[in-house]
Amino acid sequence: MNEMLEITIWQLVSAYIFIVILLAIVRWRKIPREKEIVIATLRMTIQLVLVGYLLMFIFENEKMIYSLIVLTIMETFAVYNIFKRTKQKLSKDLKKIIALSMVSGTLFAFIYFDFVVVQFSPWYDPRYFIPIAGMLIGNSMTGITLGVSALVEGFTSRRKEVEAALMLGATPNKASQGIVNHAFDSAILPTINSMVGMGIVFLPGMMTGVILSGAGPLDAIKYQIAIMLGITGSVSLSVILFLYLGYKTFFNKYAQLKL
Amino acid sequence: MFEIQNLKYKDILDINILELESGKVFCLFGESGSGKSTLLKIFNGMLTPDEGVVRYKKEKITQLDPVELRKEVVMLGQDPVVFEGTVRDNLLAGLRFSGENEVTDQEMSSLLKELHLEKELDEDATKLSGGEQQRLAFGRVLLMNANVYLMDEPTSALDEGTETVVMDYFTKNIKKQNKTVIMVTHSKEISEKYSDRIIYMDEILTKVGVHHE
Repeated sequence: MNEMLEITIWQLVSAYIFIVILLAIVRWRKIPREKEIVIATLRMTIQLVLVGYLLMFIFENEKMIYSLIVLTIMETFAVYNIFKRTKQKLSKDLKKIIALSMVSGTLFAFIYFDFVVVQFSPWYDPRYFIPIAGMLIGNSMTGITLGVSALVEGFTSRRKEVEAALMLGATPNKASQGIVNHAFDSAILPTINSMVGMGIVFLPGMMTGVILSGAGPLDAIKYQIAIMLGITGSVSLSVILFLYLGYKTFFNKYAQLKL
Repeated sequence: MFEIQNLKYKDILDINILELESGKVFCLFGESGSGKSTLLKIFNGMLTPDEGVVRYKKEKITQLDPVELRKEVVMLGQDPVVFEGTVRDNLLAGLRFSGENEVTDQEMSSLLKELHLEKELDEDATKLSGGEQQRLAFGRVLLMNANVYLMDEPTSALDEGTETVVMDYFTKNIKKQNKTVIMVTHSKEISEKYSDRIIYMDEILTKVGVHHE
């Protein structure tokens, strides 16, 4: 196997030329985005440098507690990010359901992935544990965010339909079936689409990383297939959990719509 | 069938006492904003009174399972709602919601004929006009084997001729089966022609707190 090529600091600095080009273009076109571009570049650099040092520390001191701390931070950040990215106002109950389904859905998929599919050794090996947890959590976060928006939007725009169904003796479950199914569909679609485009439209980051680190493409695709299936599982599990529990928060104990 | 005692709902309803017997057709008559639709929704369990007691068959509505109550006391809302799908899907929707047995295509077709809605069962229901959608929603409710039918201006989008056809058919069948109907209407003629008893909102509402729009 080839060793990965090392990039010197000066080579890295030379890559910033792309940002300089971008800045020149926006200045020339008078597009007021210079500040954002500079901030984004700085943030990306600083965040990655910090993460690099942090990961180095964790990899060198392979301890269960570090892996678990990182996992907790990722879950917390993901939940917080869903709250922030959803434009509609969320009820307290719905927020609880979001947190619950995000954490339990991803953990369940991750534990299965860790102990059955890849069988990390030890199970908290940070080299596998952290990036794979990150991928499952990140994708589920996007899935739930889409699911939340579609669910809230559905109850707002199809309120009359839900009420008409309730008036005829439908359970809240039946009355919101269409909305829930539609929300599931919109939440899961990006994951399905990315499976369809996999390997043809783009080489996913994980595979690129494995190849760059010197492994053969065949090993890389094995990981990629496994992780893609894991992501699908994690996204569907957390989204279905969210929707199944979440629709109930729109009804009170008298099976009336709360909006 | 229904008994009301000291019912209060926001500043819309304030009713001391009202009793509605079973097997009759009632019309709620009153100006808009007098709480007619609100009262229907309370009977149907879609709204819960702030104060007072409403009983259905001697039992407090708040103590009944709302879904079970609504299967017996079905309600057709003011704006006709058409669900995505065909005319058939829409006619069967109520039966599917309440878990009753589905009816045959033949029965549905003959019902459509009675409602003067000459449409194929496979037609896309969302393409129907307002009046047609109202008759479709009406038909959906009629197919349900309920005890009480709460109808909120069920013929508001129909011309006079069609209204008469629909109402004649509806009341004839209801009387035959000895069911109860509570209907909201703006039309004095409808009230007088079809109801056994007209309930004037301004008579049952306590003057204090009556809400006018």
